[in-house]
Amino acid sequence: MQYAAAPETNTRPATGPGAPPVLELRNVSISYFVRAGEMKVVPNISFKLGQGEALGLVGESGCGKSTVAFAIMQYLGTVGRITSGQVLFEGKDLAKLPAEELRALRGRRISMVYQDPMSSLNPVIPIGRQLMEVPIVHFGQSEREAHARALQMLREVNLPDPETMMTRYPHQLSGGQQQRVVIAMALMAEPSLLVMDEPTTGLDVTVEAAVLDLVARLREKHNTAIVFISHNLGTVVRICDRIGVMYAGELVEEGPITDVFRNPRHPYTRGLLSCIPTLGADKNSRPLTAIPGQVPSILNRPKGCVFQPRCRFAIAERCSQDPLPTVSLGEHHRAKCVRAEELPPHEKLPQGLEAVAVGPQPGDAEEVLRIANLRKTYHQATGMFGGKGYDVHAVDNIDLEANRGRTLAIVGESGCGKSTLAKVLTGIELGSAGMVTLGGKEISQIAVEDRDAGTKRAIQMVFQNPDSTLNPSHSIGYVMTRAIRKLRGLTAGAAKSEAGTLLKTVNLPPEFASRMPRQLSGGQKQRVAIARALAGEPDLILADEPVSALDVSVQAAIINLLVEIQAKRGATLIFISHDLSVVRYIADHVAVMYLGQVMEFGRTDEIFAPPYHPYTEALLSAVPIADPDVHQRRIILEGAIPSPQNRPQGCPFATRCPRKLGPICDNQAPPMQTTATGHRIACHIPLEDLTKVDKVLVA
Amino acid sequence: MAMSDTGGTLTRTWARLSLLRESPVGMVGAALVVFWVLVAIFAPVISPYGPNTNDLDALVDPSPNATHWFGTDMQGRDILARVIWGSRTVLTVAPVAVAVAYAIGCLLGLLAGYYRGWVDTLINRISDIILSFPAIVLYIIVIMRFGPSALNIILAVIFIATPQITRIVRGMTLDLREREYIAAAKMRGEPALYIMFVEILPNARGPLIVDACLRMGYTTIAIGVLGFLGLGLPPPTPDWGGMVKDSYALMSIFPHMALFPAAAITSLVVGFSLLADGMREISMRD
Amino acid sequence: MLAFFLKRLASLLFTMLVVSALVFAAFEFTPGQVATKILGPFSTQDQRDRLMEELGLHRPVYERYLEWLGNVLTGDLGYSTLYKVPVNDIIWDRLGNTLFLAMIAFAVMVPLSILLGISAGMREGSKLDRTISVGSIVTTSVPEFASGVFLASIFVIGLGWLPGTATLDQGAGWPIAAQLVLPVAVIVLYDLGYVVRMVRASMVEVMTRPYIRTAVLKGLTFRDVILKHALRNAMIAPFTVILLQINYMITGVVVVEAVFAYPGFGRMLLDSALSQDVATVQAASLFAVLVSVSTQIAGDLGYMMLNPRIRFS
Repeated sequence: MQYAAAPETNTRPATGPGAPPVLELRNVSISYFVRAGEMKVVPNISFKLGQGEALGLVGESGCGKSTVAFAIMQYLGTVGRITSGQVLFEGKDLAKLPAEELRALRGRRISMVYQDPMSSLNPVIPIGRQLMEVPIVHFGQSEREAHARALQMLREVNLPDPETMMTRYPHQLSGGQQQRVVIAMALMAEPSLLVMDEPTTGLDVTVEAAVLDLVARLREKHNTAIVFISHNLGTVVRICDRIGVMYAGELVEEGPITDVFRNPRHPYTRGLLSCIPTLGADKNSRPLTAIPGQVPSILNRPKGCVFQPRCRFAIAERCSQDPLPTVSLGEHHRAKCVRAEELPPHEKLPQGLEAVAVGPQPGDAEEVLRIANLRKTYHQATGMFGGKGYDVHAVDNIDLEANRGRTLAIVGESGCGKSTLAKVLTGIELGSAGMVTLGGKEISQIAVEDRDAGTKRAIQMVFQNPDSTLNPSHSIGYVMTRAIRKLRGLTAGAAKSEAGTLLKTVNLPPEFASRMPRQLSGGQKQRVAIARALAGEPDLILADEPVSALDVSVQAAIINLLVEIQAKRGATLIFISHDLSVVRYIADHVAVMYLGQVMEFGRTDEIFAPPYHPYTEALLSAVPIADPDVHQRRIILEGAIPSPQNRPQGCPFATRCPRKLGPICDNQAPPMQTTATGHRIACHIPLEDLTKVDKVLVA
Repeated sequence: MAMSDTGGTLTRTWARLSLLRESPVGMVGAALVVFWVLVAIFAPVISPYGPNTNDLDALVDPSPNATHWFGTDMQGRDILARVIWGSRTVLTVAPVAVAVAYAIGCLLGLLAGYYRGWVDTLINRISDIILSFPAIVLYIIVIMRFGPSALNIILAVIFIATPQITRIVRGMTLDLREREYIAAAKMRGEPALYIMFVEILPNARGPLIVDACLRMGYTTIAIGVLGFLGLGLPPPTPDWGGMVKDSYALMSIFPHMALFPAAAITSLVVGFSLLADGMREISMRD
Repeated sequence: MLAFFLKRLASLLFTMLVVSALVFAAFEFTPGQVATKILGPFSTQDQRDRLMEELGLHRPVYERYLEWLGNVLTGDLGYSTLYKVPVNDIIWDRLGNTLFLAMIAFAVMVPLSILLGISAGMREGSKLDRTISVGSIVTTSVPEFASGVFLASIFVIGLGWLPGTATLDQGAGWPIAAQLVLPVAVIVLYDLGYVVRMVRASMVEVMTRPYIRTAVLKGLTFRDVILKHALRNAMIAPFTVILLQINYMITGVVVVEAVFAYPGFGRMLLDSALSQDVATVQAASLFAVLVSVSTQIAGDLGYMMLNPRIRFS
């Protein structure tokens, strides 16, 4: 299942002279009219898209990329409006089109694929019917013709058993299948423009890789022009020829993928590229460079360059000129920065793809936590339909250990049991069997309410969702002092001053004590959450996806903070994540989990080099990498992750494994093979064979 | 420490309530409710007569006139005075009943939603049974068994409203208990009651305030209905529903006797409902 | 599906059992009280004892409850002290009359409220939406007896178009259809607003759903978006609410029947309650609860039928 590697797609010829662009935005301004007044979300944006071309629009949340997508679709809701400029589709201004003509274009000449496919499909209408509507409404096809066309499209997007698929309802499909259906629907009428808004956000990384692969193939085949919106630079590299970087509603840099990545000219683009952890870097080789400051609020936009307040290259008098000119850098590359041409060449980060064993050696530190044969089984009653129900093995017989002052990362996709494991460690849930010992004391059978003060103090947690991690009814100061007093028994006065100190530790000013959570940004909330976790001076900090809800520039700062705090305090960190790049950066040891089991465990450098577990290998190949010069061996996993109750008898990965040996994998649990250094792989394939496998990543 | 933050919560709740100014519908509702509350408070000052003062001269023609603006009833009692004093009846019974029902409902809902398991099952089963009665049947049984008195009416309202409030609070607790800040509170060793009342309940206040306001309206209707059906407060207590009942048979001759109390109760309930809608509007923001 | 139905049926039986015990217990005076009540306060202890013996009141409570339950189940609902006939002789007619009134009210209310709710929720914040929303808030806030007063003063006293009572008596000079207009109007007015707001809220919510955006952006006409994509989703949540209205309607019916002297079940319940006619109140209460609980089950079943997520899970 191979397709042209990224660099080759990038050399695709740009729009030929004379060929009219499929889409052109000319000085488009988009505003939302809300209670507070007019919000100029996108003050002025222009770009062109030639036939069959794919442009990736990237940027952090709130940068206006989705607004641009919906402006193209002329779907800005009741509060949004294009206040000036033209959105030209094949030469016609969509903003001026009568409603009926616009309707006839939508779904036929311009289609859209959305984030969150589950909610984009109508829950009460079978898939087939939803697909058939397109040719019926646009081509007046008969039921029979439309049915045939829908079947054909379902086949084209590689859905298994298309006949049955037609009669299914959306909730009966997996996330990846749902998105294939949405893509099929978008392509039903062979549109010339496809707008994709974060189409793989929320999908597991192996599923994402398969969907991206599909999009790239369909694009080749149908020669559809694509506007691909994403916050993930890596996915853009896989799909697009050109990239546009958006910041605070402006397109700050635009050009061919290779030009922009090799020679980024806008300081924001450079900042973005430096703050993304790549699969090649770790905390021992260099810190991530976070972009200081925050995105300015839309109502308070600085004059001239919007990035100026956060830019280390800014020169006040030059950067404040209004309007700011766009600097052309060669034929297709432009940047909205007055200093674009004079900035020093971008220093590309060391990729360090050669794994070096810089991590700690096993046994060099005291063991703090030991997890032995731990199981967590939920009994799922079949509820209102009666019956006996079934058991879900959320965590199935895992062994792990974590050492003092080190970071153990637990990585895996949804349903792998990583969050359940966290719940057992924290005592929110009890283990069903096996042991967890913290400093020699068994804790898996003691609920958090029953744990003694010492144990409570010893384990603290940083959670995933910044919006739910702090009680919206309590001020930051209250949260901090309450935690300090409960965990350390300090007096009110002492707790108050300690709260100030802790806030300082996480780089927040002491005035934040009087703020409410809703007055804080996501990154700031996560900082408070980290400060709260530190309140009891814990021995073990559990961080469950602490950065996955944050924008990359903020993410980098939080990761750096965690690394710094750990180094200073010598606490053990268990870092749960789905993101291999982050894990590579922060972890000393990594456990790769799949369907409740640990498939591979070892030092970080061992995990990222052969011998790989076939699942780890697939994960590594699936991670979108924001560097067109890194070659990734492509392994596309077929099918979806089985639900925990349908887990295969033998190896949990057997249903999707590209290296499956045969029935033995289906029927027999794989043996745990251990190397001399303590690197463990649960697989039937002998270690020496796994060692011979090629590297996934090659620079 | 807990106290100081409760103070903060109250200030913030008040700050949010002042947003009501931006909802015209809510302001109309608030005006109606405030009007009746003031009438009830100042009844002795503004009422032209006592609620049970009989003006026997008025029996000749009970229709509205200069001395009796709203007219008089068949016993020569001033309708305006009875409407004014009647607001006291309803604005005492309804708030007391709703407040007590809320206290019990919040506690039970929090317990059911927080502990789940058998506590939840038990509370749910009991609620289901009570809720399977149409409200009127319960009212009839309670009043018939224990007799009509303000206390029994309050008890009946509490009995009927509590399971409904329990359900609402339980549903919100089930949702809120999964929040990460609850896990954080457990991990620092907070006791269950603290988690329920300090970590969960304040975050349910938005919908609960709206519901309480609506419920004041329903309760006002219930009190009126009981009075109208002859199950309400025993005479001579001025009671809007009872006033309508007493004069309904004479509607074709003296419609004013029924119209004024009917209009009074309607305006108060409309006030509560519009106020609730305004609150819902502001709670939806952000 | 069948398992679900059976389970609900079992829970219905359980609820009814508990309810019957409660209804029985509510009027389970201490034996002495009953005797005093019948014989008057000046009866002697000896007289009371003899009467209690006669009535079997010396037996333990559960025995008497089981006997009563057995009677109810075999169709013996007791003797009405108010109507001076067995309850059985009166209750069925009254139930029939009420069902007749309720069905007409339901048949008017449901389509009207769906129509209003959908048209309001279709475009949130439009003038039409605001008018319907505020209108429905106001109409639900008028107690039935008050709207009875208002409507009667306009149409009966003011205009003389309609009769003020609905005794279903042909001889009163008004055709039955005319008699029914006001009772139906009062019930509909009160219940309508609530259902309209439910339908509207559901529709507003559905209209913000991404799948509606999908439907618009695939080029469907607004009409198709509403009729094919929004309507069915918007009806799922209110369906249960609409059936639950039956529970509220029973209360409403009691009031409306009292207002218009309608010879229905509700008035029977009220009159017997006012004259301490225990047997009739018990029988009527059981019926009322039975209706309310069965409609809840019907609501759940309908909800499942409408919602494929539950149907195929």
